Amino acid sequence: MHGSGIQIWFFIGVLLLIYGLLIFGYGIFELATGSYPIGVQLTSMHTPIWWGGLLTALGVLYCVKFRPGRA
Amino acid sequence: MIVNCVAHFVSPALLAVNASPLAHLRLLDMIVIAVYFGMVIWIGFYLKGRSKTSEEFFMAGREMTAWIAGLSFVSANLGSLELMGWAGSAYQYGILATHWYWIGAIPAMLFLGLVMMPFYYVSKTHSVPGYLFLRYGEHARVLAAFSFALEMILMSGVNMFAMAVVMKVVLGWSLTFSILVSAFAVTLYVALGGLRSAIFNEVLQFVLIWGGALLVPILGMIQAGGVSGLKSQIIKNMGTDSYFHMWRDMGSFSANPMGVHWTGIVFGLGFAISFGYWTTDFLVVQRVLAAHNLRAARMAPIIGSFFKMAVPFIVILPGLLGLVLLQNTDGSRRQLVPEDTVKACMPMSSDCAASLKKTSLTAEVQQDVLNQKDTPQSELHSYNEVLPLMMARYLGPGLLGLGITALIAGFMSGMAGNISAFSTVWTYDLYKPLINKKGSDSHYVVVGRISIVAGVIVSIGAGYLVQHAHGIMDYVQALFSIFIAPLLATILLGMFWKRATAPAGFLGLLLGIVFSVSLFVWVHLNPANLKYVALSEAAKPMAENVFRALWACLFTGIVIFLVSMVTKAKPVADLDGLCYSCTVLPKEEPVPFYKNVWLWAILAVCIFATLNILFW
Repeated sequence: MHGSGIQIWFFIGVLLLIYGLLIFGYGIFELATGSYPIGVQLTSMHTPIWWGGLLTALGVLYCVKFRPGRA
Repeated sequence: MIVNCVAHFVSPALLAVNASPLAHLRLLDMIVIAVYFGMVIWIGFYLKGRSKTSEEFFMAGREMTAWIAGLSFVSANLGSLELMGWAGSAYQYGILATHWYWIGAIPAMLFLGLVMMPFYYVSKTHSVPGYLFLRYGEHARVLAAFSFALEMILMSGVNMFAMAVVMKVVLGWSLTFSILVSAFAVTLYVALGGLRSAIFNEVLQFVLIWGGALLVPILGMIQAGGVSGLKSQIIKNMGTDSYFHMWRDMGSFSANPMGVHWTGIVFGLGFAISFGYWTTDFLVVQRVLAAHNLRAARMAPIIGSFFKMAVPFIVILPGLLGLVLLQNTDGSRRQLVPEDTVKACMPMSSDCAASLKKTSLTAEVQQDVLNQKDTPQSELHSYNEVLPLMMARYLGPGLLGLGITALIAGFMSGMAGNISAFSTVWTYDLYKPLINKKGSDSHYVVVGRISIVAGVIVSIGAGYLVQHAHGIMDYVQALFSIFIAPLLATILLGMFWKRATAPAGFLGLLLGIVFSVSLFVWVHLNPANLKYVALSEAAKPMAENVFRALWACLFTGIVIFLVSMVTKAKPVADLDGLCYSCTVLPKEEPVPFYKNVWLWAILAVCIFATLNILFW
């Protein structure tokens, strides 16, 4: 969107960052405690860690690149 | 937002028969969902200050970039009912369902961007009925606006109720809770921020859908052993390779499970329905009209076409994976069934055995279902539940919340799309010309905000009405495909034939709608009449929509042609900016080759052709 103010990409960055941290954090907890949800497949792939990490990285990228006030 | 027009919609009335939820959310999942609601309301409040004039409120200030308009354009079509419905269709029909994403969308999207957008944009119309007013006069506008506004309100109500039922089935939430929470959030952010807020949330939803649903096909493909593993297991389970061919078995109605001929797919779906939806339905066209200049408006649908071609990866592929990966608790393959079988086998029903015999379930499985029918262990799921079932299979705490958030976001942005389009059409095409022509700009913004609140309240009423009269749901959803084909013929002839006259436009649209409704009623009163509509005794219900749309489009075109020949056309000077041969389009600023719309359109055509050949 043209003009000043917060861009949609910044909102998306914030959301991805929050989700990424929550999911990555849970993945670490899972790995540390060894308690995996019953009935969920492929837990050995530690999906929350790499998917949460990916969301976090994208979130940081968007938050920085589209932060309010950046020229 | 019921889209792709002839989708196999999830029928909430039937989904509601399952006893236990498919998934159980934990605290982390609830936090993920709560964060989403907080974010959309934050966006609404933030954008309130930027939606003061009518141009800002209804048209988002016409300052969206091509990327935002393009993502919003494709996202407005990506509702959760559609995601679940088409995943279910893929489970049932295989890759044939992809036609609704490729030939049923891509050519029309490119045509909108390359050919039609200049006319919508140059005429500076606020809506599609607004274009009809400029081209054909007041009568055609009011007819189109009234039918569109009615359709939007009903669709919004149907979607709201459908979302509530899906949440009940998947999570066990109460219907009233889901309806009130989603209606409150949607009203708040659309009434505050107008179209800009709706567009922002659609882009947000698009990212969420990919973030929440992409893991399912990735993990599923790993577990299935890649493409070759998936193919070999489906052939082993289903005994045929037709699940992987889009065109090979389209030579006759009886050679493919959908019961559709290639002529219906190409001309009915690929032209009448697809062009009708993507180029004349104001719900999607409004997103592109919000672009900040003509080049962005032309580029937006082309950008959207690339993402549209990718959607089957998160919709069709999970359906195919469900055919080989879903298991019962004892490790045997779980087979999904039609929704009416689920309904027939709910506790206390008596016709379960007869309904089961119509399915492909083995005799042993049928007996198991009958034995467990009235017990809490009964687990019979419909095709349309394949996506949530796959989510529950692979997504643990947090990730499941993200997947569910993607579904909720899809529903809410669909509702927001219906309501924002309704508000614009109501204010500009009904209230302003018929009730108050001389209001101030701020007055129309107030009317728009009030119409959003009123529209949501009426939608809730429509939702509860549907709850108590399940048959209405099918008719409301059919409204969509009934209106768009006559509208397509009316707009195309108006845009590309300068001889088309005002009385012809109005009469063509009116009689086209009547004709389309008549065909619908004729087949629904006696399903045997389908053979006349679809030109084959082997045709199945899926063929009805595509052929009905084709005949309605042709009928409307013939009426407009005949009436135009006996009525007086507008002077050519009055058609500047409205008709192809009477308009000198503004020259666009020179741009580097990589920003040229034709380059990207050709690339989209090449990918489209390659995909169709690859999955021939």
